Amino acid sequence: MAEFLINSGWNATLAQIVASALGAVVLSSFGLVWIIFSIWLERKFAGRVQDRIGPNRTGPYGLFQTFADLGKLLTKEDITPVGADKHVYNFAPILAVAGILAIFAVIPFNHAWIGADLNVGVLYFVAVGSLATLAILLAGWSSNNKYALLGAFRAIAALVSYEVPMILSLAVPVMLAGSMSMQDIVKGQSIAYIFVVPVSALIFFISQLAEVGRSPFDLIEAESEIIAGFNIEYSGMKFAMFYAAEFIHAFVICILTAVLFLGGWRGLGAGEPGYELFGFFMLMAKSVAVYALVMLVRSTLPRIRIDHMMAFNWKFLVPLSIVNLLVVMFLARPFVPDYAAAEALVAQGGLAGLIGAIFGAGFIAELPRAVVLLVANVIMFIVATQLLHRYGEAQRAKLGMRSVQPVRAAAMASD
Amino acid sequence: MLPLNAFLIVGALLFCIGMYAVLARRNAVAILMGIELMLNAVNINLVAFWRYLTPGTAATAEGLQVGMAGQSFAAFVFVVAAAEVAVGLALVISVYRNRRTVIAEDVDTLRY
Amino acid sequence: MEAEFGQWFIFGLFTVFIIGGGIGTATSRNLFHCALWLIISLFGVAGFFVLLAAPFLAAVQVLVYIGAIVVLIIFAIMLTRRLMGLREAPNSQWIYGLLGAIVTFGVIVLGLVLASTGSAPLLPSQPISQITGESLRDLGIALVDVNQYVVPFIVASLLLEAAMVGAIVIAREDE
Repeated sequence: MAEFLINSGWNATLAQIVASALGAVVLSSFGLVWIIFSIWLERKFAGRVQDRIGPNRTGPYGLFQTFADLGKLLTKEDITPVGADKHVYNFAPILAVAGILAIFAVIPFNHAWIGADLNVGVLYFVAVGSLATLAILLAGWSSNNKYALLGAFRAIAALVSYEVPMILSLAVPVMLAGSMSMQDIVKGQSIAYIFVVPVSALIFFISQLAEVGRSPFDLIEAESEIIAGFNIEYSGMKFAMFYAAEFIHAFVICILTAVLFLGGWRGLGAGEPGYELFGFFMLMAKSVAVYALVMLVRSTLPRIRIDHMMAFNWKFLVPLSIVNLLVVMFLARPFVPDYAAAEALVAQGGLAGLIGAIFGAGFIAELPRAVVLLVANVIMFIVATQLLHRYGEAQRAKLGMRSVQPVRAAAMASD
Repeated sequence: MLPLNAFLIVGALLFCIGMYAVLARRNAVAILMGIELMLNAVNINLVAFWRYLTPGTAATAEGLQVGMAGQSFAAFVFVVAAAEVAVGLALVISVYRNRRTVIAEDVDTLRY
Repeated sequence: MEAEFGQWFIFGLFTVFIIGGGIGTATSRNLFHCALWLIISLFGVAGFFVLLAAPFLAAVQVLVYIGAIVVLIIFAIMLTRRLMGLREAPNSQWIYGLLGAIVTFGVIVLGLVLASTGSAPLLPSQPISQITGESLRDLGIALVDVNQYVVPFIVASLLLEAAMVGAIVIAREDE
């Protein structure tokens, strides 16, 4: 882009600036346009799961429902409550959207399309994500409303705590790829990391769900408890911005999960040059698959209580992620993939040559590490779920409830 | 290119603003914020000096070995700042609980 | 020439952030606004780190300072809620504080001017050209290298641990 402008006689610095600005506009409008579709998708999906039809009046299959809602929100009165901290109150929704959109800058859509391939990409998106936390805090405080403040309290407590397991599980792909650049992490995944370190992927996914405030962690905005929480006073377009920010964030976490653990734009030959667009669709397909999981969780699981949420984080996720980090650290070190040796092995032919021809040389290079880590992860997962199960049983015993075990046994006996 | 002085002057100005905040504010939390400003001024200086005068930069067999004293020190300042603010705020909350105030001048039992 | 102008422009922008935010922090009557000014100032410092080819520190600055420290401060402000709306006046010695700050600034600037003028200036006007943003790996190695900073690094982690325990012990309610 910049080269084209320079060739057509532009000044080099100016061309660079214009190209960067255009890139930013394209990236952020992609996010904003996508949510129009994703809101419809989510409603339709939730409707189907809950045995309803979902939106079906506006346009074919209700596709234009979001536009109707947008029109409604635009025409609503824009209220700034009396006693609100005006500037902060108006700034908070902007920060919420901007903070989420800024994450798009480091997402590698294919091997060439990336806003900025920062060498601290992972750290960047964690840092930018914390701006969204700040937006919630500002909104809650400046509304001059008890419920808003309570909602902000809850949100901050939850978000700050769930950042701990998130960062600890993020360290795992960074360690495996040996880089904090998102592009390098994708390139390191000849075997998608979800098959190598599924426990990290799971922890990352859960903590990201909490970060977005999606069900079952949506008690940040629990209507029945604190009547929508931090955004209670917002109306019209400002409310729409919070709403949009939440939906973009929900999709961004799916893209991030796809990039960090599902191999990003790689797969089915999408890594080869000449298939740029295919890589983009590959990433989108993976993201939508993850998004389906998010939607399924949202439309089926009930909301959990705030103390349960915190206890789950501090007593289960954080210890598990620390153990996971240590295990990966010690096991991954002896098996650092040697890509050059793998290439040589493939060149020799035979079985290795065959596998190399199908999956690529990187697959062979990463195979030993993947197998070792996968076994360790499966063991870890079994132990962790067993511990959870014991804890649940103990809690039930304390409350004098019936154990699950006999019920299950009885069910089996009756079959 | 920007001269080193530019960064140092901004750092000095920020340090003095932080100093004024520490000396003039009555609220303990505001005093803590002043300390944060001073620590940030120090960090600007550390990184600026690292960028312009890095000691320990040497060409080795494996390529250029860049001395990392400035950035490492800045990282340690982050750690100290985090520790300081955690303990400081814990103290503020404890004082608030016992005396219902966060005004530094009102916490003067030690005077008597 | 133009590149130079661009650099000065960005430098000036971040300077406005830093100094404006700093002054706001020091003088705002509303404690919550102080914290917001502090965020602006810290953001400017992160920008300076980018200008100085230390992107890692910039990201850490946003993550640790804005994402953790300021959020913690705001949390503390909210917890001491009764004083949140308080219009706070500076204390009786503020004029001395102001004088002291101005004098300190004057002395530092004098020192800088003396050090950078004359026949053999101590302060360079050109950065070291070999350093680029790719120094991330070097920083990582420096922090765990036995010959460099591994001991301070471990001591720092112990300090954090101690501070965390200390904070919990101090702030917990008596039972």
